[in-house]
Amino acid sequence: MMPELGKYEVEVLSSYAVSILLIVALVVVSILRSRKARAALDEVEKRGRKHG
Amino acid sequence: MASIWEYANPKKFIATTDKLLPWVSALAVATLVSGLIWGFFFTPEDYKQGSTVKIIYLHVPAALMAINAWMMMLVASLVWIVRRHHVSALAARAAAPIGAMMTMIALITGAIWGQPMWGTWWEWDPRLTSFLILFLFYLGYMALWSAIENDDTAADLTSILCLVGSVFALLSRYAVNFWNQGLHQGASLSMDKEEHVADVFYYPLLVCIAGFILLFVALVFLRTQTEIRARRTRALLARERLGQ
Amino acid sequence: MIALLIRDIRLAVRAGGGFGLGLAFFLIVVALVPFGVGPQSALLAKIAAGILWLGALLACLLSLDRIFALDWEDGSLDLLATAPVPMEAAVSVKAFAHWLTTGLPLVLAAPVFGLLLNLPGPGYGPLVVSLLLGTPALSVIGTFGAALTVGIKRGGLLLSLLVLPLYVPTLIFGAEVARRGAEEMAYHTPLLMLAGITCGAIALLPFASAAVLRVNLR
Repeated sequence: MMPELGKYEVEVLSSYAVSILLIVALVVVSILRSRKARAALDEVEKRGRKHG
Repeated sequence: MASIWEYANPKKFIATTDKLLPWVSALAVATLVSGLIWGFFFTPEDYKQGSTVKIIYLHVPAALMAINAWMMMLVASLVWIVRRHHVSALAARAAAPIGAMMTMIALITGAIWGQPMWGTWWEWDPRLTSFLILFLFYLGYMALWSAIENDDTAADLTSILCLVGSVFALLSRYAVNFWNQGLHQGASLSMDKEEHVADVFYYPLLVCIAGFILLFVALVFLRTQTEIRARRTRALLARERLGQ
Repeated sequence: MIALLIRDIRLAVRAGGGFGLGLAFFLIVVALVPFGVGPQSALLAKIAAGILWLGALLACLLSLDRIFALDWEDGSLDLLATAPVPMEAAVSVKAFAHWLTTGLPLVLAAPVFGLLLNLPGPGYGPLVVSLLLGTPALSVIGTFGAALTVGIKRGGLLLSLLVLPLYVPTLIFGAEVARRGAEEMAYHTPLLMLAGITCGAIALLPFASAAVLRVNLR
């Protein structure tokens, strides 16, 4: 399954690893922040409706 | 008559992107994964560069998006200055960290690629240097956003910084070109341009570029929504405090 | 406007205004370099032009936050905004005052510090010319940065982060002129580029700085 990468195995694998890690990290952070912002807004809006 | 400015309404923007976001993200993941798998597993090695040629599927799309993200911020800043749509300013803010990350990927993969090919991790080549400067611009832009408390002031200041920064980034690009030629005459390290790349590498590269673009769009949608919600929360909280 | 210029210069020269501070900082940078790279005079002669430019740039950066900070604190910036003088002109005068009190002394001191770094003989002319042409751009760009960060508490570090990338083209061409001069090469092209950047910055950036100040005073 794994392709033969020859003597540059470390370079190719590490660049893929670093890039994918960075992308996944940014996506995860974005999703977490999005959830937090959504929850915070929902809460404040609910409170606002209760108090009239 | 639907005009593009309708989406400048935050509610409308959230409603529309909520509908689009799952599709765009699914498409982004699909193209990105298939492009990278195609590139990583099913392309031959280059006769000169060996297997390092596979880094191109990350390096080139990331570098492309690093510049395009700044372009998008520039357009969004102009729209904010001219038409004062909040969504536009917030979209520029949302795009900055993505652009910074793309610049970082381009720099890191470039360094890893340069090590076996040029025999050095870092070379003060005009392209590398201007990307480093671009990264600094992203850092400054993001720092200014987070340093100012008032949202409108921050939007105004950062959009002017983005305009001025674009001019200086362009100037730096040419200055750096000039500077390096002055340093070692004729010794230029140019990376493969797309027209030099054979078809076997070209098609998976196109798929990867499409994947990166879709990823960027999805992330901008998501992060802009976050910024809109955060802004609205702040506004409501401020109103609450006033009411008490 | 002339009154504003005289006032700014007087404030800078007065004790605590930081007039000599930039120069002292420049001297310290120049004195520290041999400690860092070793005392070989051949090596120093080679890097002297670049070090002098870098030192001048950092010394200039150091004094930027003084351009607006004091006026912001005591409210005279608001007065300035309501004055009959257009904001663009006021900003230009402020940048000019900053250059007179920081840039010009640096230009005059650079040849003396060049002696310390063993700058080769033919390098002095191009060094002074390039600094004379380049430091106004540093002041004008720095004024823009100072206007951006004027409302931020402890914005000094942010100011450097914002301004240093903007300094890149000026530094590249300025240091190129000085280095080519020291190596007795033709330096007309970078000199013209440097002059172009300075003229462009002086012509256009005051509008950006004034716009930014208006936003900050809102």
